[in-house]
Amino acid sequence: MAGGPSRALLDEIASRPGRDTFVSSVIKGAFITLSLLFLAALLFAPLITVFATALSKGFEMYFNSFADPDTIAAIRLTLITAAIVVPTNTVFGVAAAWAIAKFEFKGKSILITLIDLPIAVSPVISGLIYVLLFGMQGWFGLWLQEHDISIVFALPGIILATMFVTFPYVARELIPLMQQMGNDEEEAAITLGAGGIMTFFHVTLPKIRWGLLYGVILCNARAMGEFGAVSVVSGHIRGLTTTMPLHVEILYQEYNFVGAFAVASLLTLLAVLTLIIKSLIEWRQKT
Amino acid sequence: MNLSPSLRTAFVTLLSILTLAGCGSSDDKSVTLLNVSYDPTRELYRDFNEDFARQWQQQTGQRVTIKQSHSGSGSQARAVIDGLDADVVTLALAYDINSIQEKGKRLGANWQTRFPNNSAPYTSTIVFLVRKGNPKQIRDWPDLVREGVSVVTPNPKTSGGARWNYLAAWGYELHRQLGDWSKLDDPANAAQVEEAQASAERFVGEIYRHTPVLDSGARGATNTFVQREIGDVLIAWENEALLALKELGPDKVEIVIPSITILAEPPVAVVDTVVDRRGTRQIAEAYLQHLYSDAGQELAAKHYFRPRKPEILAKYGELFPTLPTFTIDEVFGGWSAAHAKHFADGGVFDRIYQAGAQ
Repeated sequence: MAGGPSRALLDEIASRPGRDTFVSSVIKGAFITLSLLFLAALLFAPLITVFATALSKGFEMYFNSFADPDTIAAIRLTLITAAIVVPTNTVFGVAAAWAIAKFEFKGKSILITLIDLPIAVSPVISGLIYVLLFGMQGWFGLWLQEHDISIVFALPGIILATMFVTFPYVARELIPLMQQMGNDEEEAAITLGAGGIMTFFHVTLPKIRWGLLYGVILCNARAMGEFGAVSVVSGHIRGLTTTMPLHVEILYQEYNFVGAFAVASLLTLLAVLTLIIKSLIEWRQKT
Repeated sequence: MNLSPSLRTAFVTLLSILTLAGCGSSDDKSVTLLNVSYDPTRELYRDFNEDFARQWQQQTGQRVTIKQSHSGSGSQARAVIDGLDADVVTLALAYDINSIQEKGKRLGANWQTRFPNNSAPYTSTIVFLVRKGNPKQIRDWPDLVREGVSVVTPNPKTSGGARWNYLAAWGYELHRQLGDWSKLDDPANAAQVEEAQASAERFVGEIYRHTPVLDSGARGATNTFVQREIGDVLIAWENEALLALKELGPDKVEIVIPSITILAEPPVAVVDTVVDRRGTRQIAEAYLQHLYSDAGQELAAKHYFRPRKPEILAKYGELFPTLPTFTIDEVFGGWSAAHAKHFADGGVFDRIYQAGAQ
């Protein structure tokens, strides 16, 4: 480490007054306590409430909540939606990030702004645009009805609204990462005779996989948890167009607190599961 | 590429979920109906649908599944206008079905005459729910505007129940000023009626000044009052109040019946364009007709809606005490007139609520 500060200088800095005094350790302690309290109040307490209420009438009642056909339908709808939305947004997100990071073209800044749009817009508006487009009074309403195609108040509407809301997550994760990495390795691969697809799978993808994974996990979490946009396009048909978050609300409003919190706890568990999968993959990567 | 095994697993999981999802059963002998309804009828229609399905299968051998959708009455009407394919609508007030007819052109203008009793198979009314022991001594409408009393009622812009609450309060004050409904139609009393209307507007405005929060629907307001323990009195549907009493126990809340209140008639209708396209007219009509049968009326009473059949109403007499009521047609000249005057943009409600906010 030539050119760095000498050992003696570092020791001298460490021994200057003001470091590791009583006051500084009190401040450090106060900060740690404060953030722990903050976490406890905002994160752990609600989580514990969810599970405590779900289990308030015993395990039997808890598991009975999942035997209800409408609850099963809601879980299935949420999984189907996520299973369609997440892969699609992953492909689109990678494509958009690739285009933005690796190429120069006109309207690039407009494209970046458009990708951010779903985060800026309220989810209720995101749902409403599909009702205004595909609803009976909307632009394509009559045509769709004549051809017996239902989009809003049916599965396609729920998927479209969820896709719109979760679109930015993958692209937003990847753009800064890919821009920072530059094009050197890709250029080398192409110079050595690799094609575009080969370059992508063997050079680019391994470099961005952690960012990609993180984006996919965020996208999935939001897709499963989305309430506002889906609520507008769902039509609230029990057992048909209610996703898990909507079903939680329905159960809560029917005074079925155990059922509502049981489904909420399952949503929480799904989120924890995604985090475990992420850690598992990371851990396998290291060994 | 180390990622590929996990990617492959993810892909297989995805495929199996999709295959599972595709396994919906399709059976020629079964039919589905969609009933789009308002907030407090969830429990009623869960029982009623089961009963109707059993009876229909006995009669025709056909299996029927009824799907339910519940939310605020106004937003449900909006969804049907925007294309929610309801075979039947069972909403909180006639105005909402009127707007499906006018804005959505989805059913005939004569819908309200197609079933008996103005197409309202059950009725309800507006009562008060107070905390156990009635600590604020709330007995009648004027007690709501006493100093220190806080009222919970939903937003009349979105909730059907809230409109009934508003009109019930208005009618009370009108009646107190006039003493007799017949004066409303008598041109000789025009000046007195005008004064009474102005007094009613002040009274209702005063109630909203005592309302700290407006929920979007009746069930939300009940939850605000009972679960979040906000307010001293909830103005509520009688059925909603009785259900809250049953669910949450008589040790927490009690019902107070005002001296005069409104007769609420929640109507039902078949959505013509939907049943004709889907070929479900016959069963949709039978479904609504079943609400008027003895079995349907019994179920309505069981879920705290007042049945139309006098003998069944009498049977549940202790649940539904007789009380002086007035109808919207008598006092407000029907829903269209009431909506235009009170709830349309720039109407009386907007005026008094803005005045209250200042």
